[in-house]
Amino acid sequence: MLELALKGSKKYYGWMTALLAVIGVGFGCYLWQLSFGLGITGMSRDVSWGFYIAQFTFLVGVAASAVMLVLPYYLHNYKAFGKITILGEFLAVASVTMCLLFIIVDLGQPMRAFNVILYPTPNSILFWDMIVLNGYLFLNIVIGWQVLEAERNGVAPPAWVKPLIYISIPWAVSIHTVTAFLYCGLPGRGFWLTAILAPRFLASAFAAGPSFLILLCLLVRKLTRFDPGKEQIQTLAKIVTYGIILNVFFLLCEVFVVFYSKIPEHMDHMKYLYVGLHGHGVLVPWMWTSVALMVLSIILLVNPVTRTNEAVLSIACICVFFGTWIDKGLGMISGGFVPSPLHHVIEYVPTIPEIVITLGIYATGFLILTALFKMAISVKEELSA
Amino acid sequence: MENSRRTFLKIAGISALGLSAKPVLNAFAVSEHGGKKEAQVLTKKGALAAKRWAMVIDTRKLESAKDLEPVIEACHKIHNVPVFENKRHEIKWIWEEEFKHTFPDLENEYLNDRLKKLPFLVLCNHCTDAPCVRACPTKATFKQEDGIVEMDFHRCIGCRFCMAACPYGSRSFNFRDPRPFIKETNKKFPTRMKGVVEKCNFCTELLAEGKMPACVEASTGAIAFGDLENPESEVRKLLKSNYTIRRKVALGTGPAIYYIV
Amino acid sequence: MSEEKKIYDKGKVLTGLILFVVILAFPFLYNSGKAAPAPDRILTEKAKAAKECIEPKAFMKSEHMQILNDWRGSVVRDGKRIYVSSSDKEFDMSLSNTCLDCHSNKADFCDKCHNYASVNPYCWDCHIDKPKENK
Repeated sequence: MLELALKGSKKYYGWMTALLAVIGVGFGCYLWQLSFGLGITGMSRDVSWGFYIAQFTFLVGVAASAVMLVLPYYLHNYKAFGKITILGEFLAVASVTMCLLFIIVDLGQPMRAFNVILYPTPNSILFWDMIVLNGYLFLNIVIGWQVLEAERNGVAPPAWVKPLIYISIPWAVSIHTVTAFLYCGLPGRGFWLTAILAPRFLASAFAAGPSFLILLCLLVRKLTRFDPGKEQIQTLAKIVTYGIILNVFFLLCEVFVVFYSKIPEHMDHMKYLYVGLHGHGVLVPWMWTSVALMVLSIILLVNPVTRTNEAVLSIACICVFFGTWIDKGLGMISGGFVPSPLHHVIEYVPTIPEIVITLGIYATGFLILTALFKMAISVKEELSA
Repeated sequence: MENSRRTFLKIAGISALGLSAKPVLNAFAVSEHGGKKEAQVLTKKGALAAKRWAMVIDTRKLESAKDLEPVIEACHKIHNVPVFENKRHEIKWIWEEEFKHTFPDLENEYLNDRLKKLPFLVLCNHCTDAPCVRACPTKATFKQEDGIVEMDFHRCIGCRFCMAACPYGSRSFNFRDPRPFIKETNKKFPTRMKGVVEKCNFCTELLAEGKMPACVEASTGAIAFGDLENPESEVRKLLKSNYTIRRKVALGTGPAIYYIV
Repeated sequence: MSEEKKIYDKGKVLTGLILFVVILAFPFLYNSGKAAPAPDRILTEKAKAAKECIEPKAFMKSEHMQILNDWRGSVVRDGKRIYVSSSDKEFDMSLSNTCLDCHSNKADFCDKCHNYASVNPYCWDCHIDKPKENK
């Protein structure tokens, strides 16, 4: 089937070449980082995780959101989604790959990454994260491939795929839960030390992932002869609506607990993010932009008139995606490190090479996504022809 | 015994992974060469031992930054700790902080003048239930039987999970090769390489030679070091006769550094 | 379906194949007949005087890396720092302070052979090579 990804229009090849160029530049920067050390990034002794880990966290959410297609189709027999579950699964494959790459580039000694397997340490959440992420990647590649191939050949997928599909449903929840546990089990990091972190991650995941999928569906309809379907997009839109409302609700729960209890260790991080602390506040405009985008998207999504208008819907989806990206991909990680456990305010801003490496990984993700989508859509086009 | 157990674990681990059998053969060879007596490993004679090492810092005897300087200097010098201009890359094993940063949970607007100005020595707390040990995915940070939280730099993958886990900011990361930034190298102790985390090791290497930690020696009596589980030890005597505080006890990590204030 | 066997773009395929073989064979051809002789071990006076290393020579030659690997585990993780050799001699398990105390000629003793074998151990990124130099 992979050959389908090799045959394409000039535009397709142009896009892939552009992505390869970005990957090349990113890889060049990574080689620099490899020889110099992580000192080329903006990270510091006090903010020891930065952009890479934040992107990783955000993308775990996008990956987990595939379950929002798989679950209604396989558990609720919602037939309409049968047409597009493959898109969700392939989006998950691309996202998890990016997650793993972000972890690798964040390691100080990537050559020793296998130590995690050579000296398995079940008390470390990172050990479990490695297992669930790789497992999820494997599940989605196998399931996506088998189902698509069966569809192409006009037969039912092999029986052994079914149990894997059922396993993939709780597994999707697990990847984001375990990722949240990385943070929320650490004493002395008041911002993350909240039982609602995993649910909050899942809520934002089920908003960001499907909103991105809607945008992809609209794009696919425009660029190819395959129509993901109006009903499908509208159902996804409802999922996004619930997701983003839950996300904002959970955020408000945090705000209440933190500002009503007024425990400084918890409150100061929120203050830093939303109003600034001791005169520091690079993220303040970003965080309010995030809030504005999420609120705007809720207004557009809740109203059926605006939600069913696909042009407005796409704007709402962009708002959701960037709103949650700022929330998780910028604020969530830095916010937990500032102020430091000794209550120093040392800020973090990513450097240019760090951003270039990040873009390189995103380009890798998009390359995989494009190739996989091309494959899936070519099969769909073949069948309808 | 020790050796055969390790060999067994190696075999189990390696065959479980289905890796090449070569390292296993080598491991056998170490114990079986020449048909002579097996080689053994022992602890050093005269090494200082304890059930649980702990430290008492008498802040009454360390009044100013000038008093702390030689202590910090002694530690950083023997452990080849580099000095970076760039604050972001800073590496610290033991350093000074104000009261409000050392004990942020004991914030007091009307703190007495002495404590307000007093510099505090902070270092790894070698916690009883250390969050960094729990977080490390490779056991590169581990707890020794004598309570010391030790690091195996050979194994550290530089994920910095331990840095996020430590509630005392006691850990530093080598953001770049530290060697060019070490003023005077102590040839007896290794440096570190880029990409690994490091921190205070309670001078394990000195304890093994029967010596007290460098900071203790340099403090001229202001820092006591001993076995917390031995009622006759110097630290226990000091704890019995003085009121002491520890950092962030509410977190339940069980720090082994006590401060007489 | 016709079973006609035909290679499309014959010229391009063949050129590609030839190029592939040439590139693959290049390192072998380039280095043929030029096998470098294994370097001799150069011992310092101190090492010569000691006659034997911690274990017999042949064993050291083939197993020193494994010994060092066991040593580092033993010292760092088990806190056991003394090695009792098969001939009952005691040694402090330290690369910089024991091994390189005798073999203080790292460039000749270690590097030459490592370069020959094309291995690049990262011991020296942290462990300091000449312990006696600045003493």
